[in-house]
Amino acid sequence: MKANPAAVLTGAHFLDGDQACCEGALAGGANFAAGYPITPSTEVVERFAARVPTVGGVFIQLEDELAASIAILGAAWAGAKVFTVTSGPGFSLMMEHIGLAAMTEVPCVIVDVQRGGPSTGLPTLPGQADMMQARWGSHGDYEIIALCPNSPQECFDLMIDAFNLSEQYRVPVLFMMDECVGHMTEKVVIPSADKIEIFPRRFTSLPPSEYLPYKPAADGIPEMVKAGDGYRFHITGLTHDERGYPAMTWRSQEKLVRRLVNKVRENVDKITRYEERDIEDADVVVMAYGITSRVALRAIQMARAEGIRAGLLRPIVVWPFPEKRIRELSEKVKAFVVVEMNYGQIFYEVERCAAGKARTELVEHGGGTVHDPEAVLKAIREVAQ
Amino acid sequence: MSTLPVVEPAINPVEPFLRTERMPHIWCPGCGIGTTVNCFTRALVESKLNLDKVAIVSGIGCTGRVAGYMRLDSFHTTHGRAIPFATGLKLANPELAVVVYSGDGDLIAIGGNHFIHAARRNVDLKIICVNNFTYGMTGGQVAPTTPVGATATTTPYGCFERPFNLPYLAESSGAVYVARWTSFHVRHITRAMVEAFNKKGFSFIEIITPCPTLYLRRNKLGDSLDTMRYYKQKSVIKNGANTKEVEIAMGGEIICGKFVDIERPTLAQSMNMQLSKSLGSRYAGGGR
Repeated sequence: MKANPAAVLTGAHFLDGDQACCEGALAGGANFAAGYPITPSTEVVERFAARVPTVGGVFIQLEDELAASIAILGAAWAGAKVFTVTSGPGFSLMMEHIGLAAMTEVPCVIVDVQRGGPSTGLPTLPGQADMMQARWGSHGDYEIIALCPNSPQECFDLMIDAFNLSEQYRVPVLFMMDECVGHMTEKVVIPSADKIEIFPRRFTSLPPSEYLPYKPAADGIPEMVKAGDGYRFHITGLTHDERGYPAMTWRSQEKLVRRLVNKVRENVDKITRYEERDIEDADVVVMAYGITSRVALRAIQMARAEGIRAGLLRPIVVWPFPEKRIRELSEKVKAFVVVEMNYGQIFYEVERCAAGKARTELVEHGGGTVHDPEAVLKAIREVAQ
Repeated sequence: MSTLPVVEPAINPVEPFLRTERMPHIWCPGCGIGTTVNCFTRALVESKLNLDKVAIVSGIGCTGRVAGYMRLDSFHTTHGRAIPFATGLKLANPELAVVVYSGDGDLIAIGGNHFIHAARRNVDLKIICVNNFTYGMTGGQVAPTTPVGATATTTPYGCFERPFNLPYLAESSGAVYVARWTSFHVRHITRAMVEAFNKKGFSFIEIITPCPTLYLRRNKLGDSLDTMRYYKQKSVIKNGANTKEVEIAMGGEIICGKFVDIERPTLAQSMNMQLSKSLGSRYAGGGR
C-alpha cells in the first residue's frame, strides 16, 4: 500500500527534526495524535495541529501525558493510525500506557525528544538518558521497538518506518530523538507518495463468529478489528486468553507474555538496522546513536588522520539491540568505544555482547550539550594502543 | 406413568447483552453493580441503538469489570484513564455511542482530572459512575466520596475529609446532563440512561450502590436489604435541584433526580465549526 498523496509534502524542504518528524508521521499514515506541551518536543504536535485538519484526521491537546498516551490507544481501536509526542517528564508519565499498548498489541508510535534529566532536568538542552527507560520503563516483561534518528532527514524517513513496524508487529514503537536532532534545521527531501510504502493494519477478514482477538496468525501476530464493525470484542490489560477475556493463571501468563516477547525476539534479524562506516578494517569500533553519532564521526575522521583504524557502528534500531553484530565484531576488533549522552546505558549492552572478547570503553556525558570530539578521540587513541 | 410437560426455559431479557460464558461474575452477593448493569441492558433495549455501534469503556475496580461482561465492543483500560481512552475512541469514530462505566475511585480520584476536562470539553460520552463510597477491589479503602465519619481500612478512626459532591462537580465542570439515583431506583436509572443515550454531550449519571462486603459491614450499616430500605426511606426526588445542595452525609437524605439537562455544542461539533470557519473548503474533516 502506498502513502496518501494528500498527506505527503513532496519536495525539498528546510526543516528542523521536530517538523520533519511530524511530516514523517503524516506520510506514514498518522491521522490521530494527542499530546501535551513539553519542551523540546512540542513543535511536532504544533505542526501536526496545523497540518492534519487539511489532510483528514484529528489532533487534540489533552490535560496531561497520561491522557494523551491512552487517548491514542482508544483512537487506534477506532481504526486510526496514532502517535503521541513528549519528552523526559512526560515520557515517565506515559510508561503505564506503553505497557497497555504492549499487552493489548496496539500499533502506536511514541516520540520522545530526549532532554537532560532526571526530573525536570534540562528542558531545553539535549540528553540521551531515556534509552533504558524506553526499553524497560513500564512494569512487567514486554518487548518494544525503538528507533533513533540522527538528522531531520531521518526524523522524516524513520517515522514512516516506525509506523510500519508498529503495524507489522503490533507493538508500540518508540521514536527516540534528542533535543539537538529535534531542533537542528537541515535539508529534508520528501519523496512523492507513490514512493512511500505503507504497511496496512492487519485487519481480519474473518466474520465475527470465527474471529478471536488474540489468536495469533502463523507469524505469531493476531489480526485486528476496530470498534463499530460488529465484532463485539473485548480488550483488557489483564492477562487474557485468545478471546481477549481475563485469564489470570500462570499458564495464560506464560502463553501470552512469551508470545508478546517473541514477536520481537524471533524477528530480531528482520528488525535490526544499523549504519556502518569504515568498519571493514577497523581496530576500534565507535558505537553512537542520535546526535552523538555525528560527533563520533568527527572523532573517527580525526583518528583516521592519525592513522588509527577506527569506524562507526550506529544503531538505527536501538531496541531490539543489534546483539548479533556486536558479537561478530567483538571477534575481530580490539575495542568498542561507546559514546552516549548519559552515564552508561547502551554501553552495558555492548559490554554484555562483547563478552570480554573486545575491550569496551564508555565516553560518557551528562547531557546539556554534545560531546567534545576530542574526548572521543582521546578514548579512541587509548584503546587503539 | 405420566410425563411431565416440557417447559421451555425462559430467557432473561438481559442475557443477549451479557457475555454469559464469563459468568459467574466477580461481584459479591448484595453488591449494587449488577443492578445497574441490569438497568443498563434494559436502557440499551429501550433506546433502540444499533449495538454494533455502542462501545463501553471501563477503568479499574469492581465497576471496572462491567465492560468485560457486556456483549459490546468493550475496553477494560488502566486505572483512572477510561475517559481519555473513550475520548480518543469517540473522536476517531464519531459514529460510535461511547459509554464510560466505572466506579467513584476510578473516575473521580485517580481519574478526576480527566473527568473535569472531558466535561469542560463536552466530549460526547455517557458516564455511568457507580458510587459505593469505597474502593471495593482493593479491600475497602477511603475514597473521595466516602462520607465524613465513615470508617475505611485507611481511615480506621473515621473519614475526616470532605467528599466530592459529584453532581455539583459534573455540572460546574460543564456536563450537559447530570442525574443521581440509587440502586433502589431501577426504573429511574434505566430512564436516565435512555435519556443520556439520546443526548449529545458529556452526560453523567451517578448511581449510589451498597458495598455490603466492605463498606456496609465495616460501618455496621446492616446488609444490602437494609440499605434498600434506607434508600427507600431517605431518598428524596428533587428533579432540577441545585447541585450545590445535594451533598451526601452519612445516614442522611440522598437527593436524587435529574439535575441538569441543557444543550451545548459537543467537542466534535465545536472542533468542526471552528476548523470549517478557519479553513473553509481546505478542512478535510476529522476522524476516518
